Amino acid sequence: MSDWGMQKAALGQRLAAGQQHAKGKVVPIPSLPAFLKAVIRSGDRVCLEGDNQKQADILASALANLDPHDVHDLHMVQSGVVLPAHLDMFDKGIARRLDFSYSGPQSARIARMLFGGKIELGAVHTYLELFARYFIDLTPNVALIAAVSADKDGNLYTGPNTEDTPTVVEATSYKNGLVVAQVTEIVDKVPRVDIPGDLVHFVVEAGRPFYVEPLFTRDPAAITETQILTAMLAIKGIYAPYGVRRLNHGIGFNTAAIELLLPTYGEKLGLKGKVCTHFALNPHPTMIPAIEAGWVDQIHCFGSEVGMEDYVAARSDVFFTGPDGSLRSNRAFCQTAGLYACDMFIGSTLQIDLEGHSSTVTTSRIAGFGGAPNMGSDPRGRRHPSEPWLKAGAEAAPDADAALRRGRKLVVQIGETFGERNAPLFVERLDALELARKVDLDLAPVMVYSDDVTHIVTEEGIANLLLCRNKDEREQAIRGVAGYTDIGRARDSKLVEKLRARGVIRRPEDLGIDPLDADRRLLAARSIKDLMLASGGLYRPPSRFRNW
Amino acid sequence: METLSFRLSAPTRAGGTRMQAIVGVVASGNLEVLLERAAPADSCMIDITTAAHGFGAVWEAVVRDFVDRRPAGGLRISINDGGARPDTVALRLAQGVRKIEEPER
Repeated sequence: MSDWGMQKAALGQRLAAGQQHAKGKVVPIPSLPAFLKAVIRSGDRVCLEGDNQKQADILASALANLDPHDVHDLHMVQSGVVLPAHLDMFDKGIARRLDFSYSGPQSARIARMLFGGKIELGAVHTYLELFARYFIDLTPNVALIAAVSADKDGNLYTGPNTEDTPTVVEATSYKNGLVVAQVTEIVDKVPRVDIPGDLVHFVVEAGRPFYVEPLFTRDPAAITETQILTAMLAIKGIYAPYGVRRLNHGIGFNTAAIELLLPTYGEKLGLKGKVCTHFALNPHPTMIPAIEAGWVDQIHCFGSEVGMEDYVAARSDVFFTGPDGSLRSNRAFCQTAGLYACDMFIGSTLQIDLEGHSSTVTTSRIAGFGGAPNMGSDPRGRRHPSEPWLKAGAEAAPDADAALRRGRKLVVQIGETFGERNAPLFVERLDALELARKVDLDLAPVMVYSDDVTHIVTEEGIANLLLCRNKDEREQAIRGVAGYTDIGRARDSKLVEKLRARGVIRRPEDLGIDPLDADRRLLAARSIKDLMLASGGLYRPPSRFRNW
Repeated sequence: METLSFRLSAPTRAGGTRMQAIVGVVASGNLEVLLERAAPADSCMIDITTAAHGFGAVWEAVVRDFVDRRPAGGLRISINDGGARPDTVALRLAQGVRKIEEPER
């Protein structure tokens, strides 16, 4: 007879060991190191909640300060590798293997540690993909999570930054794993129950809020005329003709420019109500003018954004909010929404090759993908029609039977031909390939594959790859918008002009756009202060963005 | 600092009557462009002082496209560049030509 209750028994042992250091469910801060040593076993699979935005920072530093003789060889499965402590534990040997999605500020160090063999890399995932694996083959033994408050029974209030927490807890707690939460404070009654207490085993009162990064704040003062030009091209050349109502925006300055042009340039083009009505999107401060002007019906959020809490709470007609009034975000649901219920993803990238593959990896930085490859991919499981989806499908396969033809999601890469420090956006060969060779990866970390990307927008124009009929046309369409980069200057001018005549390439003048009209005065807000004023004082920018 | 000079034939004469115009600022990633009506009507002279080295071929491509696409005949153009991207250079040149066409106020 086999024993079918081994995992429950193991959990019971962890609970008993942890109880030695707790009062009820509450672990006092001074006991945290001894508590973690008692409940975590070497070789455990651990989800240390590092999300795109919020961080279980108290638990992270406590874990990184353990003695590697006591706890070692952990397998970390977390979406965000953001804090120095997340990598310190690999340096010390507490952790060995890593499966993640996004590394933002740690991108250079993570690359060095991969080259140095300090980290054994599983894979770089998209968020939804990593969440999926939590339920199949990467289920955590222990989850160390972050919330705003807890009651003594362990009911958790996550506040606007719910993000990954429900997904992590679902996968861990229902599969006999241990869940430990750090909270700002313990209260008699939580404002709303985001995580039911019977799924949470221990709570640590941190006495201060968890760390959260204002990742989605773009200062309008830094938007350039060229970015405004790319935004005008996208609005008039893609949003308008396809009638894109349901979409996701990336976090770059080009899409921030689009957001700030909706109430001005978009209004002039008569597009209000016809485009940009439904979003899967974080509460971008640069969306405030468009929301205030009545452009947006609904926004579902992956997470929140620092300073936007009061504004979101006051606009519950647009955002998803709880009975307590504050935002309810959920990364897994919003990623699903971005994949299946949006007709367009538009975002920036660092490198695009001649086939149209794009990557944010350079040889010295592994930034991870976050959600871009998920949103920026054509969902083969989609079955509901919509105007933009059908139109894109028809452009890709004009001769196919319309009733049997798949639609296509619009996947748009937007950027200037030269990026920071004059680095060209277009390259012969992605740095990601060199990285894959150096670290011996089976797959090069490609953000958006060429067969998913439908349009590339630069200041030189729009390349519609759906209309390309062979590899050669595709290459020349890309060269044809690559400006003065080496790739752009090596174009076949005759073929590029033919593509332009067919509408595969559209220049500003083909769309009736004068580049000299790309003026900062077109922006509905030209500074962070303008955004605050547009919100009626509800948006409270973090101090680093206040320069007045 | 690197200096570059181009003497180009310019098919279309710059419009307007202003004798000079200035656009942009000298700053990192930006440039200042001074346009003077001081060249033969069918040519354009461009002198560049740039902080970025080794971009001669890109500059040549940018200024050649400029005189092909914009009315630049009769202009002597002096550029003081702080490492601007080519798209910014093209935009400032176009802005300069528009400014010298404007009536004096």
